[in-house]
Amino acid sequence: MNSRSPMVYKTQQFLLDIAGITSFVGLFFRNLFTRRFEGREFLNQCFRTGYQSLLLIGVTAIILGLVLTIQTRPILADLGAVSWLPNMVFVSVVTEMGPVIFALLFAGKVGSGIGAELSSMRVTDQIDAMEVSDTYPFNYLVVTRVLATTIMLPLLVFYGDALAFLGSFIGLNAYSDISFQLFYSRAFEDFFFRDIFPATIKTIFFGYFIGIISSYMGYYSDKGTEGVGRSANSAVVASSLVVFVLDLIAVQITDLLLF
Amino acid sequence: MGKEKIIHIENLNKSFNGTSVIRDLSMSLYAGENLVILGKSGSGKSVIVKCIVKLMEADSGKISVFGTEVTACSSNELSDVRSKVGYLFQEGALYDSMSVRENLLFPALRNYKTRKLGMPQLDELVRQNLDSVGLLEAIDKMPSELSGGMKKRAGLARTLMLSPDLIIYDEPTTGLDPYTSESIIHLILKVQSEYNTTSIIITHDIKCAELTGDRICVLHDGNFIAEGVFDTVKKKDDPEVRLFFK
Repeated sequence: MNSRSPMVYKTQQFLLDIAGITSFVGLFFRNLFTRRFEGREFLNQCFRTGYQSLLLIGVTAIILGLVLTIQTRPILADLGAVSWLPNMVFVSVVTEMGPVIFALLFAGKVGSGIGAELSSMRVTDQIDAMEVSDTYPFNYLVVTRVLATTIMLPLLVFYGDALAFLGSFIGLNAYSDISFQLFYSRAFEDFFFRDIFPATIKTIFFGYFIGIISSYMGYYSDKGTEGVGRSANSAVVASSLVVFVLDLIAVQITDLLLF
Repeated sequence: MGKEKIIHIENLNKSFNGTSVIRDLSMSLYAGENLVILGKSGSGKSVIVKCIVKLMEADSGKISVFGTEVTACSSNELSDVRSKVGYLFQEGALYDSMSVRENLLFPALRNYKTRKLGMPQLDELVRQNLDSVGLLEAIDKMPSELSGGMKKRAGLARTLMLSPDLIIYDEPTTGLDPYTSESIIHLILKVQSEYNTTSIIITHDIKCAELTGDRICVLHDGNFIAEGVFDTVKKKDDPEVRLFFK
């Protein structure tokens, strides 16, 4: 009889997953530097994770810029500080809201896709077939996907920031006659390299961990078709949670370094 | 038998979550032989062959494949062993994001035995292997467009790309209609004579066992309960063995 309580079992599973992901990270770097690089598949994954996310990130970014502007404008107007609006919206999107919101969307779309795809390959013996023909599936399936998410997410965040900026301009322009040049100069008035640098670094980590966690959940899935759904689900939940944890750590480090 | 031993297993044990599936199993496979492992679903037939190619780790015991102890070998030695072994999975295990042609090219472009060949030669090899399994017309089709039997034939063509010395067939006729099953059985025999391979055939299909097997091993409760040529095994009195021949 299994005498372990569900709580103990879940804690054990959690710790085993942490250990598994840690060794998966080691395996990633070992394979990245010692095995053949699958360039074509890497480009294919960049297309799938990056290009195919443009619409989702783009629409969300424009709405984000619009909503932030429309909601903040009356408060700033009461304080007589509407001229600060472009800079306030832009800095908040670039430093915090953009990276986190776009990373969560990315985890939902790309992370679940990676988890489901790899686990269905595991369930249908495709990964075993690659392994037994001595073709290093880890390199082909995992290294390419993780590199693609690591590179594509920061680029998508830049793209999202730009569209949120545009959305903010549209939002403000609906209430006033502000020109784009004026909006642009006000947005960048108090904007420095120190604002964008930590945000970019953290999106690289977000992308890397979304790729690693989603690949891990899919690659080691082994419970039939039920496992495919579970892997996709776990990939999104764990990746989203890690995005928040990494964000918290990044904020602390940025504070310490006085950025 | 004076023939070269391709596989030698000694006291293999494997259990899952405390349930013992394979118990002290020993066996040998000789060059050119077609060995059939017959057993009920869930009896552990696939576990044995997965341990042979190290897709699963054995709990204890020794497995020697082409003279290499796979339970304690380096990754280079394991690569060497795997290059000599072809494995046809139950559903064919075709990579569903690739066409049939790309499926066949995938291992050939990466394995040291074939990756130095030029693209025209590899393409010729793809056509040759698809032709030998009667699937040349499906070269540009996606796996989702193929029937169960076609998937198995395409999977077999893929294993032939690396010219294996040993082919493992995991339930080659399961889920197929009698006509397609028979065509797969004939294909197994054709491949063995044309490519001069040694085979392990995992099945619970008695007709497949009779037509393809030089030697039959019946697996029950984690070990072989009968072994020999088809007619000898058929005459055994063991009730578990008799169940297959009813």
